[in-house]
Amino acid sequence: MEWFDNFWSIYSNLVLTLGTNALLALSIYLTLSCGMLAMANAAFMGIGAYTASILTMNFEMSFPVALLGGMAAPMLVAFVIGKPTLRLSGVYLAMATLGFGEVVRVVILNTESWTGGALGLNGIPQLTEWWHIALAVALALAVLFRLLRSKVGRAFEAIKEDETAAGLMGIDVNNTKMLAFVLGALLAGLAGALNAHLTFFIGPNEYGFDRGVEILTMTILGGIGSLAGPVAGAVILTLLPEMLRAFNDFRLVINGVILVLIVLFLPKGIWDPALLRSWFRRRSH
Amino acid sequence: MLKLQSISKSFGGLHVLQDVNIEVPQGTIFGLIGPNGAGKTTVFNLITGLLEPTGGSLTFDGQDLVGAKPHQITRRGIARTFQNIRIFKEMSLLENVVVGMHRHLDYGPAGLLLALPGFRAQERRARERALELLSWVKLEHKAHQTADNLSYGDQRKLELARALATEPKLLLLDEPVAGMNTGEKVDLMAEIENIKARGYTIFMIEHDMRFVMGLCDRIAVLNFGRIIAEGLPGEIRNNPMVIEAYLGREDDVADEVQA
Repeated sequence: MEWFDNFWSIYSNLVLTLGTNALLALSIYLTLSCGMLAMANAAFMGIGAYTASILTMNFEMSFPVALLGGMAAPMLVAFVIGKPTLRLSGVYLAMATLGFGEVVRVVILNTESWTGGALGLNGIPQLTEWWHIALAVALALAVLFRLLRSKVGRAFEAIKEDETAAGLMGIDVNNTKMLAFVLGALLAGLAGALNAHLTFFIGPNEYGFDRGVEILTMTILGGIGSLAGPVAGAVILTLLPEMLRAFNDFRLVINGVILVLIVLFLPKGIWDPALLRSWFRRRSH
Repeated sequence: MLKLQSISKSFGGLHVLQDVNIEVPQGTIFGLIGPNGAGKTTVFNLITGLLEPTGGSLTFDGQDLVGAKPHQITRRGIARTFQNIRIFKEMSLLENVVVGMHRHLDYGPAGLLLALPGFRAQERRARERALELLSWVKLEHKAHQTADNLSYGDQRKLELARALATEPKLLLLDEPVAGMNTGEKVDLMAEIENIKARGYTIFMIEHDMRFVMGLCDRIAVLNFGRIIAEGLPGEIRNNPMVIEAYLGREDDVADEVQA
């Protein structure tokens, strides 16, 4: 097992980041599967991370309580901002939620006594174990799997395809969208809380626009046809920069080229069940 | 059953509907006809809550419908189809119909997350019912195909089955045979008769005169936002105002010839 110990001491952070990124990709997948382009997930992650960290550092709460707080706070915020913003659609919703993300970042910057402002929070206890993250991902996948195979999942898909028709099928469109948004905030907050207790340090710029785009890229790249898509996207986007280390300075260039190629040739994402099926069929013939 | 009393609707200065009175009795097929742009679809949009009337009252089984949201109106027992078909194209036929049963599946979060027996039983029953509804419109053999691959006529039938899945008392059909060929029209006519025989009340907008005259028990005619005639098909056919609305007045023709 020596090789494993070696591997783990070098790559544990990367493996665990895979898990939190998968949670983030699933969080935006929820709103996307309901036809909403909401870009607030990075902000929700930040709210979860700061809430949980403040709970463990300032109030000396136990880790489970901190995690619960890290999920509850973004849910509550999502509920409040969802009321006015979820009426918007398409690009307008994206703009409103991006604006919200900026508000969150500036609030964190300016409440120094709680959040440390621009310096961030240092010395967060490293309470996250590998199995916390594994369990969180497994639970999230199990719950979403059941959810999407019920009337709720069908309502999501109906709203994505045609909001008006969905309403006339007896689906409460506003409440269903709110459910997707709030559950997405919960997942993002959980990812933030777990990540904060892994990395020792958090700062306001980790939860800005760049992170929001990264989360969206993971999910779009992986594909939104099924749950496997966002997870695959998270894995690829986390591992790719590491695997390209040999290219030194050209690493990010090649990273970008690969992403562009995937989007060009697999517009529905990497995990496209119809495409996979057609490949298998061709093989077996 | 459905009652529109002096309903009016204007968009800014444009009066689309003025003083419209319609009463659809239970158990009948009621037709609304009129030239293009007369405001027929607006009437449906008002009934289903997609638009709110500027004035007048709208009641269904004695309950006021004004201000209710579309999903609430569906839950009270009104379903509709659209003139420009709005099925869920990326779903299978079966899924399309099962979506219509949304409110009739009342398992709680626990049942859903743990796939308890109650959840499974309800989902299974919904699928069986969906297949039955698809068989009403003779589409059950295509239940697992993607809806987008259906022919135009079949898409209309699917939309009809999906509307029936909400278990409505009143079914609103917006130009059900638009774009269909003669054979498909005859088929659909028989299917609508069957649906009526099962106890549904039907309110339809249609241009196809043979279709309307053959199916409807009563007909109202809308022209420039006003009801100009209402009565039995025979009365409507011979009503001079209706003929004028559809064919123009004789001296119009004379004017044109002189000009």
